[in-house]
Amino acid sequence: MADFIIRALLAGLMVAIIAGPLGCFVVWRRMSYFGDTLAHSALFGIALGLILDISLQLSVIVACMLLAVALVMMENRRGLSTDTILGILAHTSLALGLVMISFTDNQINLMAYLFGDLLTVSWNDLIWIGASVCIVLGVLFANWNRLLTITLHQELAQVEGLNVTRLRLLLMLLIALIVAVSMKVVGVLLITSLLIIPPACARAFSKTPESMSVMASIVGCIAVCGGLAASWFWDTPTGPSIVVMTSLLFIFSRVAVSGEKG
Amino acid sequence: MDENFLINASNISLEIEQRQILNNISLQVAKEQIVTLIGPNGAGKTSLVKIVLGLVQPSSGTITLRKGLSVGYMPQRLHIDPSMPVSVDRFLKLAVNANRSEIGGVLKEVGASALLNSQLHSLSGGELQRVLLARALIQAPQLLVLDEPVQGVDVNGQAELYRLIENIRTRHKCGILLVSHDLHLVMSATDEVICLNQHVCCHGHPEQVSNDPAYLELFGKKDAETLAVYTHHHNHSHDLGGDIVEKREK
Repeated sequence: MADFIIRALLAGLMVAIIAGPLGCFVVWRRMSYFGDTLAHSALFGIALGLILDISLQLSVIVACMLLAVALVMMENRRGLSTDTILGILAHTSLALGLVMISFTDNQINLMAYLFGDLLTVSWNDLIWIGASVCIVLGVLFANWNRLLTITLHQELAQVEGLNVTRLRLLLMLLIALIVAVSMKVVGVLLITSLLIIPPACARAFSKTPESMSVMASIVGCIAVCGGLAASWFWDTPTGPSIVVMTSLLFIFSRVAVSGEKG
Repeated sequence: MDENFLINASNISLEIEQRQILNNISLQVAKEQIVTLIGPNGAGKTSLVKIVLGLVQPSSGTITLRKGLSVGYMPQRLHIDPSMPVSVDRFLKLAVNANRSEIGGVLKEVGASALLNSQLHSLSGGELQRVLLARALIQAPQLLVLDEPVQGVDVNGQAELYRLIENIRTRHKCGILLVSHDLHLVMSATDEVICLNQHVCCHGHPEQVSNDPAYLELFGKKDAETLAVYTHHHNHSHDLGGDIVEKREK
């Protein structure tokens, strides 16, 4: 089999595995709009990388993480709802990114960033993704129970002695990192779907947070394999094919649930 | 200062965006004492509780805690997203300092043993309150802070929960700071009532407060009377499984 398809498969599977548990937190904490905002700011990171002539991968990660920190800081202010702040940040960074890119001489393929370009993943990309996935998996594992506790009840967790602000920031940084590196896989516009649809599929079949996370990872992996296969056999765009696969799996899961209930 | 004190708050004021939420409030909770905060909606009860718990910084005033005080907190409500699958057992095990062997004990104590393997989001209002109370007890608290513990519970269940809270005080020898919006149900269980409406309207023994002009004005005389009428008791009650539990005469 061609080398590029193996790289694509590896990158897709790694992202799907980590998107499972991380996506569960996005669903539990209703942060899907936050994921969208991060993804939009990734394009700003691309523009920044092009202008400063640094690694695009690195500049995207930095841009996403800066946005996450900015959000945590702004969330504590009164006056505007988080919803509004997210909307402002998302579209400002997207528009600013597009404007900045127009000033550079680079003829970059915007479509590749918007919808992903999994088939062109290089070994270098793979290393970035692999390292990020390992870090996120490790940190998530080490803080798992604490993150569940603050998700269930923030103030109760605080009274019991957890540093809620730090844990929230940590979770946001983890999501930022994964959004940044998975841009190659499904692109800016579709990243959130990879975070929220697999957990949504898994919800009806799970009784513990852990089983929901593992099942979400498995759903993601199936979708990556299916999407790549569709792309290989019918020449469909890879990123959107993967997302369509997750959507199909979601529909199957709903049908299965209503069938069970009879 | 009383050497039995658990928490001592003095001259607490809170202002948010130039709006006075709390004005010069002092309160003390001692060992084995139940102090009840009552007041209408928006009186600042929850804000005061959050200040006592250290969740909110007061604009002025000081809070002194007994050295090494362990606090159990029962929040007003638990909003869990139904997308999160978590059992009662797991919820209790997630408590910081949770000792796995204690979970059965605290659940039994709050009369919710049957719920151990239930999913949290499937519980009724009363069941959830009991589970939250169990979680607060896991901390082996010297001070229990209960914010509207009977919210969403029917009237019979409310009386039962208050009896439970009273028993907990005796068994665990802990002080309790209780928030409620009506006095009549908490009367018997309370040592000290603080009637709050941004400032302390009146305070003292429950009977004393219920006749206080400031209290009557705040709740309306008619309202205060109708509330006081509810004193009849059933000769049996139901446990969570629906079985009839005979009441033992004291």
